[in-house]
Amino acid sequence: MNFTADMKLSSNGKIIDCHCGKISVKEVNLYYGKFQALRDITMEIPACAITAIIGPSGCGKSSFLRLLNRMNDLIPTVRTTGSILLDGSSIFDNTVNIAELRKRVGMVFQKPNPFPMSVFDNVAFGPRQHGKNNLSELREIVEKSLHQAALWDEVKDKLGQSALALSGGQQQRLCIARVLAVEPEVILMDEPCSALDPIATLKIEDLMRTLAKDYTIVIVTHNMQQAARVSDMAAFFMMEEDRAGKLVEYGLTSQIFTKPSDKRTEDYITGRFG
Amino acid sequence: MTSASLDSSPRQAQASGRPTEKRSAYRLSPKTTQKLAMACIWSGGIVTVLISVIIIGFVLIGGIPRINLDFLLTPPKGGLSGEGGISTVIVSTLFLVIVTIIMLVPVGIGAAIYLAEYAPDNFMTRLIRYAVEVLSGVPSIIFGLFGFALFVTALHFSFSILSGALTLVCLLLPTMIRATEEAIRAVPYSHREGALALGATKWQLISRVLLPSALPGIVTAIILCIGRAIEETACLYVTMGGSAAMPTSLLSGGRTLSLHVFYLAMETRAFEKAMATGAVLIITIIVINFITNWLSNRFQARLRGTN
Repeated sequence: MNFTADMKLSSNGKIIDCHCGKISVKEVNLYYGKFQALRDITMEIPACAITAIIGPSGCGKSSFLRLLNRMNDLIPTVRTTGSILLDGSSIFDNTVNIAELRKRVGMVFQKPNPFPMSVFDNVAFGPRQHGKNNLSELREIVEKSLHQAALWDEVKDKLGQSALALSGGQQQRLCIARVLAVEPEVILMDEPCSALDPIATLKIEDLMRTLAKDYTIVIVTHNMQQAARVSDMAAFFMMEEDRAGKLVEYGLTSQIFTKPSDKRTEDYITGRFG
Repeated sequence: MTSASLDSSPRQAQASGRPTEKRSAYRLSPKTTQKLAMACIWSGGIVTVLISVIIIGFVLIGGIPRINLDFLLTPPKGGLSGEGGISTVIVSTLFLVIVTIIMLVPVGIGAAIYLAEYAPDNFMTRLIRYAVEVLSGVPSIIFGLFGFALFVTALHFSFSILSGALTLVCLLLPTMIRATEEAIRAVPYSHREGALALGATKWQLISRVLLPSALPGIVTAIILCIGRAIEETACLYVTMGGSAAMPTSLLSGGRTLSLHVFYLAMETRAFEKAMATGAVLIITIIVINFITNWLSNRFQARLRGTN
């Protein structure tokens, strides 16, 4: 990708420096066994901004997202080449502590997945496993995280109740609070609204805009309007003939959605396929 | 579903143009088939219920009138008459069950965690799984023989609660491991992902998410094993001996309720006391079943947040 000087300014007036990203992805290839899922991905993901990954089903968007916190490691046959740098240091290094990496790069999943325990315990789960056991300290973290996730007012009287009794939208915001409680730097979101109704979706989008002031957010979405509404940067992925995903176009969201430079991007965002 | 497919079959045949007219003369109509099938299913159900009601009723009616405080609180006298109560037998049974469970649960849960979370899918682990499956099909008297050879004779534990408990552990391990492994595997994958994405280590994932979520299944497995330990007779006959004295240590012999029933029925004239002991046994098992159901319902309600 060639970055030009005008890419330094986003549509909503925020300065985004695309040359020095929070995460630098260089020539990344991803294989599941013999099948190549991603080919030659190179992109800089800017800090404190929302980067949307869009593209048709099966083009490797989720696989790409899962590379960034090494969730793909859970799949036995997976193989990666190339490099991904987080703040300049490789995440594939042998010395990297995966638990520590995932603490810095949190993840919100497609389906809300609260643990079958109380609301409080869900949010306190992360801090607890990173060694915080002081109850008053935990209470503070839980309250702060729930406030940040715009959920506090709805659940403050039922912190002791099972998280599974919450509504879908509340559960997803709980999952976001759970991620925020471990104080990550990057938050990955894998179609976080696809299981939610429109009102809950709007709430999550508002929340993302607020969080983008302090956090680097990467979101995979199928919803073009959502990508256009919330993101600062957009990356369009598409699969090639052998079904390996490739980055077709990457740039400011305003640019991608108004004057895309690639014909395929234009076809996709105007709904001609995908 | 059955009725729908039965009803629609002749119409389908006609639609496809096959000559059904001739065959239908000696073929049962769908309605009759339906009735016959229902009759078979119902009679199967009724026979099953009848058998259990007759057996349980027979023992309870024969046994309950002879159960009183005196029977429960005096030790058996021994000898051909079969006089006395079952106090020492109750104590032995409890003692044996507690010792068994204390040894069984940690080993069983440990093995289940290994098989569910750590074991790679290779020849060795397939062998282990296969061995576990075969073990659960071996008759308990074979475990008894093994226990007799190893614990009673080779290790010099003699006929004792310890030998009996160790044998029971061998007998029950397959059940315990499989039930626990199933419970751990049943935890949704999204919970694992969620925990790992929060930076949990594998052990934190197991101890804070998998085991708590699997707890209802594990508790059910433990209670099932308690039930089977109480019922077991054959393998204890050759490892615990039949001492009717009050057990004082792990190495004293003993006699469980089911063993006592066997001794009373085979070696004394006190058949009615065997019935009474049997009734106590059945009541215990019914109570254990109720506790199991109640506990697992409660756990499930709590996990779903509907309590």
